[in-house]
Amino acid sequence: MTEQTSDSVYRTDALIAEDIDSYLETHQHKTMLRFITCGSVDDGKSTLIGRLLYDSKMIFEDQLEALSNDSKKVGTQGQEIDFALLVDGLAAEREQGITIDVAYRFFNTEKRKFIVADCPGHEQYTRNMVTGASTADLAVILVDARKGVLVQTRRHSYLCHLIGIKNIVLAVNKMDLVDYSQETFDTIVADYAAFAEEIGIESFTAMPISGFKGDNITTAPSENTPWYDGPSLVEHLESVEVLSDVAADKPFRMPVQWVNRPNLDFRGFSGLIASGQVRVGDAVRALPSGKTSTVKSIVTFDGELDEAQAGQSITITLEDEIDCSRGDVLCVADDPAETADQFEATLVWLNDEDLSVGRGYWLKLGTQTVSATVQHPKYRVDVNTMDELAAKTLSLNDIGVAEVYSDKPLVFEPYAENRTMGGFILIDKITNATVAAGMLNFSLRRSQNVHWQATDITREHHAQMKNQTPRVLWFTGLSGSGKSTIANEVEKRLALMNRHTFLLDGDNVRHGLNKDLGFTEADRIENIRRVGEVARLMTDAGLIVLTAFISPFRAERQMVRSMLEDHEFIEVFVDTPLEVAEQRDVKGLYKKARSGQLKNFTGIDSPYEAPRAPEITVNTVEMTPEEAADHIIQQILPLK
Amino acid sequence: MTATLTHLQRLEAEAIHIIREVAAEAEKPVMLYSVGKDSAVMLHLAKKAFYPSPPPFPLLHVDTTWKFKAMYDLREKAAKDAGMELLVYQNPEAKERGINPFDHGPLHTDMWKTEGLKQALNHYGFDAAFGGARRDEEKSRAKERVFSFRTASHGWDPKNQRPELWNQYNTKKKKGESIRVFPISNWTELDVWQYIQLEEIEIVPLYFSAPRPTFIYEGGLFMADDIDRLQEVMGELPEITTRSVRFRTLGCFPLTGAVESEASTLSEVIQETLLTTTSERQGRVIDKDAGGAGMEKKKQEGYF
Repeated sequence: MTEQTSDSVYRTDALIAEDIDSYLETHQHKTMLRFITCGSVDDGKSTLIGRLLYDSKMIFEDQLEALSNDSKKVGTQGQEIDFALLVDGLAAEREQGITIDVAYRFFNTEKRKFIVADCPGHEQYTRNMVTGASTADLAVILVDARKGVLVQTRRHSYLCHLIGIKNIVLAVNKMDLVDYSQETFDTIVADYAAFAEEIGIESFTAMPISGFKGDNITTAPSENTPWYDGPSLVEHLESVEVLSDVAADKPFRMPVQWVNRPNLDFRGFSGLIASGQVRVGDAVRALPSGKTSTVKSIVTFDGELDEAQAGQSITITLEDEIDCSRGDVLCVADDPAETADQFEATLVWLNDEDLSVGRGYWLKLGTQTVSATVQHPKYRVDVNTMDELAAKTLSLNDIGVAEVYSDKPLVFEPYAENRTMGGFILIDKITNATVAAGMLNFSLRRSQNVHWQATDITREHHAQMKNQTPRVLWFTGLSGSGKSTIANEVEKRLALMNRHTFLLDGDNVRHGLNKDLGFTEADRIENIRRVGEVARLMTDAGLIVLTAFISPFRAERQMVRSMLEDHEFIEVFVDTPLEVAEQRDVKGLYKKARSGQLKNFTGIDSPYEAPRAPEITVNTVEMTPEEAADHIIQQILPLK
Repeated sequence: MTATLTHLQRLEAEAIHIIREVAAEAEKPVMLYSVGKDSAVMLHLAKKAFYPSPPPFPLLHVDTTWKFKAMYDLREKAAKDAGMELLVYQNPEAKERGINPFDHGPLHTDMWKTEGLKQALNHYGFDAAFGGARRDEEKSRAKERVFSFRTASHGWDPKNQRPELWNQYNTKKKKGESIRVFPISNWTELDVWQYIQLEEIEIVPLYFSAPRPTFIYEGGLFMADDIDRLQEVMGELPEITTRSVRFRTLGCFPLTGAVESEASTLSEVIQETLLTTTSERQGRVIDKDAGGAGMEKKKQEGYF
């Protein structure tokens, strides 16, 4: 291994030894830069980070000893120390010799503290790279000097640009293996410049380095590259502007995290300032309510402040008692953020399970959590060619653009203007997995002109006139389980009891309202959404609605449940084992599905997700349809 | 205005944001409190996050009965000063079987700490637990999320971690599952020390050098904190010598190696930390079990 840099830019042992307090004084005032390193599999990312840690003496003797043992055992550098082993932390990674997750590392120089996210190179780890990039001020894109700009280089650059990283360093690595050739370097830089312009990267800084040998890492130019007249990597990292400074110059925004009420006399709004500055006496506006007040005090544990800026966690008290709680955003009064419930967004899909168009997901943006649906993607991007391709859905690692509708207005700003106010995650309501990262591009104004029309005869009037409580009896079960038959029996009984009812049947609805829909997952979701909306209108009219749909997915049944008032939705699980339903095969559909004539058939090649806690279950093996109907009537009485 | 925030200011604001997110979204959070310097910093941050209210969750000490006496003293005082409830949990089975570091080796950590922690979380029904772990401590910690999701049996699946973007934390979970949250993930050992100095946070005096009764055991230097108990489990007392020592981390007194030192002020401790050539966890026996993957394996089993 090459010897450790002696004139270290990182820290001066002599100063620490002689005057620790003055060293600490310097260290205390350091700023912090977060950056990511990315490159393809063998570009030497981990080696570069290992080098930065080693040179800045962040590696201790015991770690070095363990490292040198590991190097001999599994290292890829022969008898020399393999820095990559230090960074590739997980056992699986050490065995396979690749980086499969984001690892965070720390080092200091005289001017700054650095947090490095080491990101995986493989295409299947796009999600990890996006994760690492989301908090970074700067990206170091590594290119192997022997190989030049590869497909992976383009992908990583595109992702960094997409996530909004403005400072991009093109580090042409392994220069030692191309004899430090300026020509090779220039060719690679020219290639990259052409590509960068194509995807909208306005500027980047290129430098020739060797992570392994240490050229142009801490000082530049290295004696091997006398032709290079730019800064060393570390010098550059020490000088770029950090994100929170950029945010401080924007209008004031603070998402409210927590309302602090120790007693009746104190009501503070706590949060991390997303952008701008705030002073005591400033006029602020709470969104989405739009109510305004004046900042009375800025409270912290260390005493009250006169002013605070982006990046600080504070508690604000206001002069007036205005309605404001977690999820609201305090803004400067005369330049507030936008509020909307329909957006265009860029999505990065992070989950093995594809996007379900139309399905409800939790959307978390800042401290706001709402239910949201994603429409059909306008396109997805081929991350290798940047081509925009038609897409029906989004799969793991796909990046696409789609419209997103939320069930409540969101306070936001376009991601390009404010990462905190425009970046969101989507969460699967059933598995709770984080399935996507999203960036709001702009709001769609079309919903603004459609307002709810207030009517004089309310849903309560309708129900009172019919002398009944509206309900939706939602029958779910496999094809052939007996949903329609039982629903029909129940409706007959209700009619005899002078109840006003309506039966929505799956097959019948598909002849009219939903005749434009097929049986793909997306169409099935839309089918159920429309039926849910119709059922809701009918409950507004005071009716007891019975629906007979396979409705195989829990998420959609949950979606309909959430459309209705509490206790209005009664899930009736018509429980019939697949073998029994298939044996009955009243419509001959199972036969067709088994022979492959019918695709996406529930129970055969499309799943049925049985209800976990239905209000009513009827077992059609043990009960006749008449018995089942009687049982259901017993359960729902009294309906008044 | 708009002076660039220092790294410590940014780290502090980030930790406070994390702590508030958990308080707002978890049903029943708790702060694990080990009485060490990292716990002290975390507790201080919690006080800051909710000032002027006290933090809206209790402190939980998963006790092994083998901690240093000075740690027990500070534990009570710190909780009282913060106005927080202090819960102490000791695994009843480990207590009954008299599990100790000398006779039972790795089982000591497993029963008292790993099992004890799982039992405590189940016992009280906590769904989110703050821990003072840092990413610079150890290789597998470097890859752990700030919000680290655990199965109902408290296991950690490193290959199936939730992506964590920006400062958007997904706190959704099913019944029985829980989240471990590490507000000082991005702090280094130096940051912790400097913050303690700047904020004048009280820490256990054992971090500062003083003449203490010590003994050598299997090549390591240890403090004879409770001589009667040592004699009880070791059969005979090792040779005890007074040396000027201090500790870089604090765990169970027979498992935590002391270092010979003259550093008796914070500045001197930091100075020594910066000039030292071995890592902080070097004195801890736990990381060396099971080859390089010791900590990772323990975490998959539910260790913090």
